[in-house]
Amino acid sequence: MSKQAQDSTRLFHPVSAPDFLPLPQLRALQLQRLQAIVKRAYEHVQLFRQRMDALGAGPQDINSLEDIGRLPFTVKTDLRDTYPFGLFASPMKEIVRLHASSGTTGKPIVVAYTQEDLGVWTNVMVRSFAACGLHEGDVIQNAYGYGLFTGGLGAHYGAEALGATVIPISGGNTQRQLLVMKDFGATAICCTPSYFLHLIDQAAEAGLKLKDLPLRAGIFGAEPWTESMRRRIEADSGIKAYDIYGLSEIVGPGVAMECPCQSGPHIFEDYFYPEIIDPKTGKPVGDEEEGELVLTTLGKQAMPMIRYHTRDITALTAERCECGRTLRRIKRISRRSDDMFIVRGINVYPSQIETALLRVEGALPHYQILLTRDKGLDEMEVQVEVTAEVFTDTVGALERLQQQLNQSIESTVGLRAKVRLVQPRTLQRSEGKAKRVIDQRQM
Amino acid sequence: MKVKQLSLFLENQPGALSRPVKLLAEAKFNILTLALADTQQFGILRFIVRDWRKAKTLLEDANCVVKVTDVLVLEVADEPGGLAAILSVLETARVNVEYMYGFTLRTEGKGLLAFRFDDPDSAIAALEQKGFKPVRSVDLFKRLES
Repeated sequence: MSKQAQDSTRLFHPVSAPDFLPLPQLRALQLQRLQAIVKRAYEHVQLFRQRMDALGAGPQDINSLEDIGRLPFTVKTDLRDTYPFGLFASPMKEIVRLHASSGTTGKPIVVAYTQEDLGVWTNVMVRSFAACGLHEGDVIQNAYGYGLFTGGLGAHYGAEALGATVIPISGGNTQRQLLVMKDFGATAICCTPSYFLHLIDQAAEAGLKLKDLPLRAGIFGAEPWTESMRRRIEADSGIKAYDIYGLSEIVGPGVAMECPCQSGPHIFEDYFYPEIIDPKTGKPVGDEEEGELVLTTLGKQAMPMIRYHTRDITALTAERCECGRTLRRIKRISRRSDDMFIVRGINVYPSQIETALLRVEGALPHYQILLTRDKGLDEMEVQVEVTAEVFTDTVGALERLQQQLNQSIESTVGLRAKVRLVQPRTLQRSEGKAKRVIDQRQM
Repeated sequence: MKVKQLSLFLENQPGALSRPVKLLAEAKFNILTLALADTQQFGILRFIVRDWRKAKTLLEDANCVVKVTDVLVLEVADEPGGLAAILSVLETARVNVEYMYGFTLRTEGKGLLAFRFDDPDSAIAALEQKGFKPVRSVDLFKRLES
């Protein structure tokens, strides 16, 4: 049986039943859970109570799903300000797990789970794996980092509960990843998309043909990526690349996951209520319109989140997916509202640069953006690693490549950049998330 | 007929050239000849060694981008008009010289030049017809390393 045929026969895994709830039933369930969670947040978390009181809106005002608009927002700094346990709605004796973010600046943010919460998380992760055609008998190589980061343990518990065989290899150690992938016959891998690109490169160097391995699915998340990256991954490795979405503040991975149609992750709406807002005004935008994703947890006890600003820019679509799921989908998240940088007054997202590079030459995925300021003028240099595929022996050909890359960037972002070709592996490699932008400007 | 040349991508910055050269030295590769093409931003190092496969692997393991290119090595009379005679053959045959560079060796009144052509096979045919015989790898190494 072909890889694809195997996937489609398992489309309707029994654990996925909630994915297919008729809409009226789903909305009723959401309202019932929303009312309960707002009540819980109000009664057990001081910050939520104060915010709701200040707005004059409380649990008694939630009579329809639209009423969620009356509630206050929550932002990441709220988690920092109440560090470490200020937003917990359960007493410590009921909390069975803590996770924390890496926290690039200052203190990390801490999230908590009751036993019941872990059950919710596991449930959405099982449904995530099932959504992309995995089942008992699959061998899942979990290359998300184990530890305080939610990725590792979240995927681990889900994969085990699915009945798959889990390889808890965690992140890093590329050579061992490849050895295990081959020798243990992994059929699926969980990691960041940039790390998988790194694995593809390393496999090629080691003469290992990923296409000959049983590996057939990648569950990629934890950083924004693009359609062109997906095409490159699928073409170079022969697997299907699925987009999983999640964030620690909400639960970890498993907030949304793609189905075999690969047309954007379906939000597990029975547990996470999505809104899309204009990040500037906070007002909701229409269906299919781009804005910031705001999420409310509908089933978490230890740490309910009310209207949490994810900083992820996407759009929500209610259009029915061919897979039959009633869950709404988000458009692939290729950027974050805080990923954006401004060069000479123009908003630029790293994903735009990546798209521009891949448009010229499908084999140049490793790049870094260096921002400098010379006499008050911003300069954007895009460093691109030269690969054996594009390197030719003549100066003219390389100069043409450089020129094409320059033109493509200029026409994509409306800004002149200086493309510099660099030797392979000179740019910082991501074992986890890729560092795309280095800003050396003195403001 | 054709001799294998390795081309190496270099960033135009201090140390970019010395790194691969050191690697080759440590592994006891004798560079028979080399040429450097450069722009403001990057350069291409082209060179000929006897065991080019090993050299390529060595450099690739050190994260260099390496390309193998065919060049022709021709004997050129070390006298006025020596090079012109060869070039006129190529001109007639409409073969382009992409680049060329010399060897330091000179024997029996002849120098050696490495040529990169857009169409090496047409170049060989045209040259042989006029009595210019490209130097074979085996003979080249024998001569250079004797």
